[in-house]
Amino acid sequence: MIFRVAAFELRRLFLSPLAWLLLATIQFLAAMFFYVLLSRYLSATGPHGAHGITEVVAAGMLQITGLVVLMVSPFLTMHLFSDERRSGTINLLFSSPVSVTELVLGKYLGVTAFLFLALAMIALMPLSLLPGTRLDLGMFAAGLLGLALLMLSVAAIGLFISTLTTRPVIAAGITFGVLFLLWIIHIAGHSAHGTVASVFLWLSMLAHYNRLLGGLVSSIDIAYYLLLAAASLALSIWRLDAMRTHHW
Amino acid sequence: MSTDTLVRVEAMSRYYAEHCAVNDLSFTVQRGEVLGFLGPNGAGKTTTMQILCGVLAASGGTVSIAGHNIVEQPFLAKRHLGYLPEKPPLYREALVDEYLRYCAALRRLPRSARGEAIAKAKQRCGLAEEGGRLIANLSKGYQQRVGIAQAILHAPDVVVLDEPTSGLDPNQIVEIRALIRELSQDHSVILSTHILPEVQTTCDRVLIINHGRLVLDEALSALRSDQTLQHLHIALLHPPAVAELQVLDGVMEVTPLDTQRFRLACRRDGNTAAALARTAAQHDWGLYELIPQADNLEETFVQLTRGDYLERSPQEGRS
Repeated sequence: MIFRVAAFELRRLFLSPLAWLLLATIQFLAAMFFYVLLSRYLSATGPHGAHGITEVVAAGMLQITGLVVLMVSPFLTMHLFSDERRSGTINLLFSSPVSVTELVLGKYLGVTAFLFLALAMIALMPLSLLPGTRLDLGMFAAGLLGLALLMLSVAAIGLFISTLTTRPVIAAGITFGVLFLLWIIHIAGHSAHGTVASVFLWLSMLAHYNRLLGGLVSSIDIAYYLLLAAASLALSIWRLDAMRTHHW
Repeated sequence: MSTDTLVRVEAMSRYYAEHCAVNDLSFTVQRGEVLGFLGPNGAGKTTTMQILCGVLAASGGTVSIAGHNIVEQPFLAKRHLGYLPEKPPLYREALVDEYLRYCAALRRLPRSARGEAIAKAKQRCGLAEEGGRLIANLSKGYQQRVGIAQAILHAPDVVVLDEPTSGLDPNQIVEIRALIRELSQDHSVILSTHILPEVQTTCDRVLIINHGRLVLDEALSALRSDQTLQHLHIALLHPPAVAELQVLDGVMEVTPLDTQRFRLACRRDGNTAAALARTAAQHDWGLYELIPQADNLEETFVQLTRGDYLERSPQEGRS
């Protein structure tokens, strides 16, 4: 059932022009950064000398792409449950012999499948350098893992927020705010000391992402993203279950 | 056709914060029965249907569908349910066939049975030719049909329809009513509406709720049973004393409504109205209105729910 829900969600996404537009936006921006970074690397004489092409071009592109994903994904996730509630199709889902968990996981799977499609297309660009040069594939794989984990957590947060409102635009706005806060929250740690500072640093999406981009795969970073995703999904299930019993 | 009980509702209540939308409601529905669910706007009809279908949870009481408690065994109970909410639950960007295939999967029809079930539902709802059309491009009447097709797709024992004819043109209403009658042959149908003729043409039994309370649970035949009496509304410019009307031939009872209007309970023999008109002309009472009262259902409905429209504040009326 989870796969059936996911397949329908994915199909609905591709039936709307929005999904194509977002896919094109991600691809265009990533390609632009890739081109800029590559030409800068090729013409570099000084500062880049010590760094490899993987670090400058591939990791550099992935870092900016991460920010693009952060900005674009709210538009992708905003419809997930808010539309179902607004159009009344939630009644169909709730009156069917399907559990809320299946619905949430199905929709989550659908939207992450879409994001992973974007991920695959982004990955192809640095890989196109392979015939001409040698890439540090380990480092690049760590970077891709970072982007994949980022997508998993971003989609889950967006999904949760879409259960909170019946208006997609509000869901998108809140999602973007939350994601952006999580992205740069380490800045708040700059003025603090000790434990407080490290908590803010740990909460920051960017800090974990940068470590993975640098080729450092540590379980704490992976756990961070997975925890974020799991907590958001659990909250979504809890929220949708509560809708039946409470006023909404 | 067995006469088993498919829906059993016991002491069901539902609160929205402090407001009680459904209060201690109990009823049953048998197989093959069409139950008309009547009530003024905001009486709790939609809330009741949502609880029946497991969309909302009841604050108290139990609901069981085909012997399965909707809270304890939701999957088993919901397999026997088809639900058309007030607003048909359609994905506008999907094709009709695509949508029905998804519904069939959601209802957990076995893969092998889906094609046949979809074809049959489309045929019953007059959608055989519309499978390849985009739902967003269908007219409201056809969208409503897709909504009904979705509710009967999996041949559920219990079909719950919330105002299935709202927004349709008269021809479509006739068609949908015929479909509901047809459905009742092998399903139980619960039909919520505030259109009284709809209940009279399609239902076997009628429930009237008001303020979330059940005020009437009666077979429609029982409501019609009082065939010996007929009610007439008359209006006279120069009315005589009530006693004078009382002694007219065939008049059993006179109720003054205001200074000029009266309600007469008469023997149903067809002559009373004519005799009344003749007498009124002879005595120069100035008869300017003579209206045979349509039916007992309307009267019952008005009696049971009268006065609420003015007394209730608007925000109380959500359901």
